Amino acid sequence: MKASVTDKLKILADAAKYDVSCASSGSKRNNKNKGLGNATGMGICHSYTEDGRCVSLLKILLTNHCIYDCAYCVSRKSNDIKRVAFTVEEVVDLTINFYRRNYIEGLFLSSGIFKNADYTNERLIRIAKKLRNEHNFNGYIHLKIIPGASPEVMREAGVYADRLSVNLEIPSERSLQKIAPEKDHKSVYTPMNWLKEQIAENREDSRKFRKTPMFAPGGQSTQMVVGATPETDHHILNLSASLYKEQLLKRVYYSGYIPISEDERLPALKQAPLIRENRLYQADWLYRFYGFEVNEIIDETQPNLDLEIDPKLGYALRHLDQFPVDVNRAPYEMILRVPGIGVKTAQLIVKSRKYGRVRYEDIKKMGAAMNRAKYFIEISGRPLPAASAVPERIRHEIIYPAKKAQLTLF
Amino acid sequence: MKILYDGSFDGLMSVVFDCYEQKMVPTAIIKMHKYQPEMFDQVQTVETNAEKTKRVIDGLHKKMTSNAFNQLFKAFHSEFDDIELTIFNYIRLVISTKGYIGTDYRQEPILRIKQVVKMMNREIHRMHAFVRFQLTVDGIYAATVNPDFDVMPFIGEHFRKRYADQLWLIYDVQRDYGIYYDMQKLQTIHIENPEWTANKKIKDSLLADKEKSFQNMWQQYFSSTSIAERKNMKLHLQHVPKRYWKYLPEKSA
Ligand code: SF4
Repeated sequence: MKASVTDKLKILADAAKYDVSCASSGSKRNNKNKGLGNATGMGICHSYTEDGRCVSLLKILLTNHCIYDCAYCVSRKSNDIKRVAFTVEEVVDLTINFYRRNYIEGLFLSSGIFKNADYTNERLIRIAKKLRNEHNFNGYIHLKIIPGASPEVMREAGVYADRLSVNLEIPSERSLQKIAPEKDHKSVYTPMNWLKEQIAENREDSRKFRKTPMFAPGGQSTQMVVGATPETDHHILNLSASLYKEQLLKRVYYSGYIPISEDERLPALKQAPLIRENRLYQADWLYRFYGFEVNEIIDETQPNLDLEIDPKLGYALRHLDQFPVDVNRAPYEMILRVPGIGVKTAQLIVKSRKYGRVRYEDIKKMGAAMNRAKYFIEISGRPLPAASAVPERIRHEIIYPAKKAQLTLF
Repeated sequence: MKILYDGSFDGLMSVVFDCYEQKMVPTAIIKMHKYQPEMFDQVQTVETNAEKTKRVIDGLHKKMTSNAFNQLFKAFHSEFDDIELTIFNYIRLVISTKGYIGTDYRQEPILRIKQVVKMMNREIHRMHAFVRFQLTVDGIYAATVNPDFDVMPFIGEHFRKRYADQLWLIYDVQRDYGIYYDMQKLQTIHIENPEWTANKKIKDSLLADKEKSFQNMWQQYFSSTSIAERKNMKLHLQHVPKRYWKYLPEKSA
């Protein structure tokens, strides 16, 4: 029996859902010629799944047929599941109609590998091309580049897509070999590095010549599965840092491994390492936006992030000598390092203190989480009483805040 | 002294004018239709006057950046009970202070405006996210909404840029007006006797042929893209509060 579009959607959205990247921001595709869509500025989450993830793009596989056998993937060849494939027209039609109803920001298209990498990539590109050229579509398009793609194919992909991604999948070559025998890191790094050069060249050209056509204006990203293999957070965060620095990636995504298969190549996890995944994102955030170096967030002596407290608090507790921070005098960068004070509050503080002393109440009203911040700040020469405590005690008090009501003895 | 006015932003600017001219110190500034008399109330009603309004706005533009002024305008649309007095106090601070004061968040009204604008922006963002168009038999992509604040004046441009090649309508069912785009320009419109369902949704009989089937596919997509093993309804509700569900096909099926 032929599968209906709804049936295919069910299977191919389900198979694509483990790819966590959903961001649709960072592009500069204007609506020109009164066409459909606009992908400038911030991406929008149009809905949230029941697990709390952003739904921004129509994220599907073109097909779940695959010639490979990666242990962590539902679409692996050896898995006994129903196989279906969308036609090019079906994907185009869904994208346009979902977009017109304001359900989505655009399309995130990936696929199982049929025949070989380039054959698969060409199909994906055909869809993007049709959307752009025949439907005047200016919404967001993220195309997955299948490892091993040739430069000719990637060059075309970059013309039609906003963002491209080649997934690293497993954080070390050795582990990758074990659970995805057909893959290696070289087939990932080669296209990644090629894309990096192309993107850099394109930005350079568009500075010089106004009419330069865009090439992947949203840059490139990647994803790693966390918890399926034994790599430490120390290893993972250093890897991410090098991907940001060397490959100039826009984002690295971490996907807590969900035990979907009983493949003996994988650990028998009971549930996905969700807290660990969350801590990795927090650490990634500190690295990208808070001016932390990786070795300040994590070192080899404790190679995994503390699951009970966030990495910024962890840093502060390990470096109590740097605190308390004087909110009226310290540089912005230092205020940003105070647990409980985020970017917005830090900005309000430094703007306001130009007019006069900022007081405890002011900081509180400006949005600081005082239950944490109080241990690490001082107000012009007068540290708050809480600031003298020892790290273990602060840690304990923050994790187990005294519940007054429960202090009655009987 | 409680001051009553017609509830428009221009009206509030006239209030500012009269307060300065007549040296009145308001304890509350209230929209006429919202006022409920209380004992011992001292009340004064201010008429909106185009000339006075203009003089206040021109004066403010000399004392503050146009960005800061737009923030006041935006905050006004939050419809909070304290917003008029907060704006009044903000203006008083600006006028009485030498030099720029717009970022001294130690000052109550300045921080409050900043925070209200943040709430407004969040609601505007939610409309960008949660508007769901339905294609009607007359070829209009139409959506009904019920936002927390009066955000219609701030969302048109976003949708015009995005849906330049389709007719669309977004209607605030509670405030009973909306914006309509005719593929040339945006218009504010009020619909007499609209044909909504009891739920203030567009009647099924008005929907185009394939509309329901796309909604069904969207529902299918939404449920397939969730990961059951990671279900976290607390987080889900935080992102998509229940009051918005009514107009989201993926949540109201
Ligand atoms: S190549 Fe991709 S789709 Fe195929 S089994 Fe590996 S991860 Fe899954």
